[in-house]
Amino acid sequence: MYALVDCNNFYASCERVFQPQYVGKPVVILSNNDGCIISRSYEAKDLGIQMGTPEFKVRNELKLHNVKVFSSNYALYGDLSNRVMKILEGFTPNIEVYSIDESFMNFDGMNIEDYHKYGIQIKTRVNKWLSIPVCIGFAPTKALSKVANKIAKKYQERTQGIYVIDTEEKRIKALKWTKIEDVWGIGFRLTKKMQTRNIFTAYDFTLPHNESYIKKEMGIVGLRLKYELEGKSVLLLEDAPAQKKQIAITRSFEGTISTFDEMKERVSTFATVCAEKLRKQNSCCHSVILYLRIDKHKVERSRYNFYKFETIPFASNSSITISNLAVKLLKDLFQEGEIYKKAGIIVSDIIPENQKQFHLFEEENPKHQALMKVIDDFHRKTGERKIRLGNQDLQRTWKMKQNHLSKKYTTNFKEILEVKC
Amino acid sequence: MKPNHKIQFFLPDLENQIELPYISSGIKAGFPSPAADFDESKISLDNVLVKNKEATFYAKASGNSMIGAGIDDGDILVIDRSLEPQNNKIAICFIDGEFTVKRIKIEGDNVFLMPENKNYKPIQIAEENDLIIWGIVTYVIKKI
Repeated sequence: MYALVDCNNFYASCERVFQPQYVGKPVVILSNNDGCIISRSYEAKDLGIQMGTPEFKVRNELKLHNVKVFSSNYALYGDLSNRVMKILEGFTPNIEVYSIDESFMNFDGMNIEDYHKYGIQIKTRVNKWLSIPVCIGFAPTKALSKVANKIAKKYQERTQGIYVIDTEEKRIKALKWTKIEDVWGIGFRLTKKMQTRNIFTAYDFTLPHNESYIKKEMGIVGLRLKYELEGKSVLLLEDAPAQKKQIAITRSFEGTISTFDEMKERVSTFATVCAEKLRKQNSCCHSVILYLRIDKHKVERSRYNFYKFETIPFASNSSITISNLAVKLLKDLFQEGEIYKKAGIIVSDIIPENQKQFHLFEEENPKHQALMKVIDDFHRKTGERKIRLGNQDLQRTWKMKQNHLSKKYTTNFKEILEVKC
Repeated sequence: MKPNHKIQFFLPDLENQIELPYISSGIKAGFPSPAADFDESKISLDNVLVKNKEATFYAKASGNSMIGAGIDDGDILVIDRSLEPQNNKIAICFIDGEFTVKRIKIEGDNVFLMPENKNYKPIQIAEENDLIIWGIVTYVIKKI
C-alpha cells in the first residue's frame, strides 16, 4: 500500500504556524521579489484570487478584502517541510520526499488493519506538532494514491482529509471522477491530444482500446501510468533525489536595465551565487548559460528571450571562472540600446567535485579553490556576502524585494518567536 | 568424497547486533591512548533539552508576569508541541491575537491562565476568547 501525503496550501499554512491570527483569514504568498501569487489559503481561493497572478494587478482587491500578503520565506518553509517529512518517517521508514510539501509513503510488510484510522493518526500528529494540515490518499500504487489524495482534498469534510482506494469499485469510481488533465504526469499538451481521442477521464485512459495510442504517444511512461492506474504497482519509491543537474539564478529587475555596466554587475552577481551553490553541494559545472529578456511592455520585438551558452574545458565551481565566463557571454549577447527586464545565469553539466576530469592543456588556477574556501567560510561566519568580485557593485546589496517577509522563526536564533509574559 | 560428508550450514546470528564504538582518533601502532577505551561522545545540550526534535521550538520571553516560575524577561523557552496540555503545566498560549506564556489551571469546567507575579491577574478563559494552547514549555534557558 502506498500513500501520498500532501500539505494543504503549504506556504500559507507555514505562515500561520507562528501567526495564528491569520487562521481562517485569507492569506497569499508572493514569489521571489514579491512578483506573483504562488500560494493561497482556502479563504483566498474562495475570493477568486488566481494562482500566478502578479501582485500589482490585484493589489486593490487584496486590500479591499483584507488579504494578508507574505513574501516567500523559504528558510521557514524548508525547515517546516523537513519536520513534516521526519514525522512521516516515524510512521514508516519508506518515504520518498516528492516535493517541499508532498511525500509518498509505502507500507509494504507492515500490518495495518485500518488505513483510514492510520491516516487520521498521521494527520493528527502533523497537525498537533506543527499546525500543518495535510490530506492523505492511500492506494495500492503511487499514481492511484495521487488520485486518492485529490479526492481526500476535494471532499475534506466527508473524508476527514483521508481517502483509501482499497476496492475495485472505489478504484473505478475514483478514475471516472478524475479528469485526464488532473492525472499525474499528464500535462497541458497531452491533455489536448487525449481529448481529441475521447479520453476525458483517468478511466478512459485505462480502457483497453486506448492502449496502443497511449503507447504510441507516451511510450513506456504512458504504459506504466496505465498499469499504475489499473492498480498494478510498477513505480517504486525513489531514493534521495540526485544532485541538481542544473542550477539557475534568474531575476526580474525592479526597473529595467539598459547599460552594459549595470548588466555586467547583475550577471556577475548571479554567477557568483551559482558558483556558491555548486560549492555548497560539492559539485562543479561544465557549462554556463546566460539568459536575457527584453521588456515586453516597453518595446515590440520579434523575440524577447535570448540565450548564449559556453562550455568550460575543465569543470569549475570558482566564482571567478564562472563570473568571467558570464561576462564574456554578456559581451556577445548584450545589445546596446535594448531595454532588459530579466536576466539569469544557468550552470549545467554538473558533476560531483571528486569526479572532476583533469584537462590536458587547460586548467584552472589552483589558487581559486583555496580562495573560494576562505570566502565561503567567511560568509558562513558572518551570514552575509561581504566579499565580492571586482565586477560586482560593492554598494549594491544582493537583496530581493521582500516587503512582507515574516521572521525566520526556526532557523535564526535572533528571529525566534517572542512571547509576552 | 564420501556421500555422508554433508555440509552443515550455519545461519548468521543477526539478532543481537553489537555496536562497536568508532574511535575518531584513529588507531596507531605503539602505545595506545589509555583514554581510547573510554571514548564517548561529548555532552550535547540539544540531547538534554530536546526530547522531540520535530516538535520542538524556541521562543523568547518578554515581560515579568512569570518571574515566580523562574521565567524572566529575555529568557529562552524550549517548547515541546507534542506534549498534551495539562493542569499546572506552563504553556505557550495564543489568546486574542497574542502569544503569552502562563501556567494552565483547570478547575472543573473553568480554565485559567495563571501568572506567577502578584502584580498580574489570572485570565479566566471565557467562550468568546480565542485560545490556542500552542505548546508546552519544558525548559528555560537564562543568562546569569
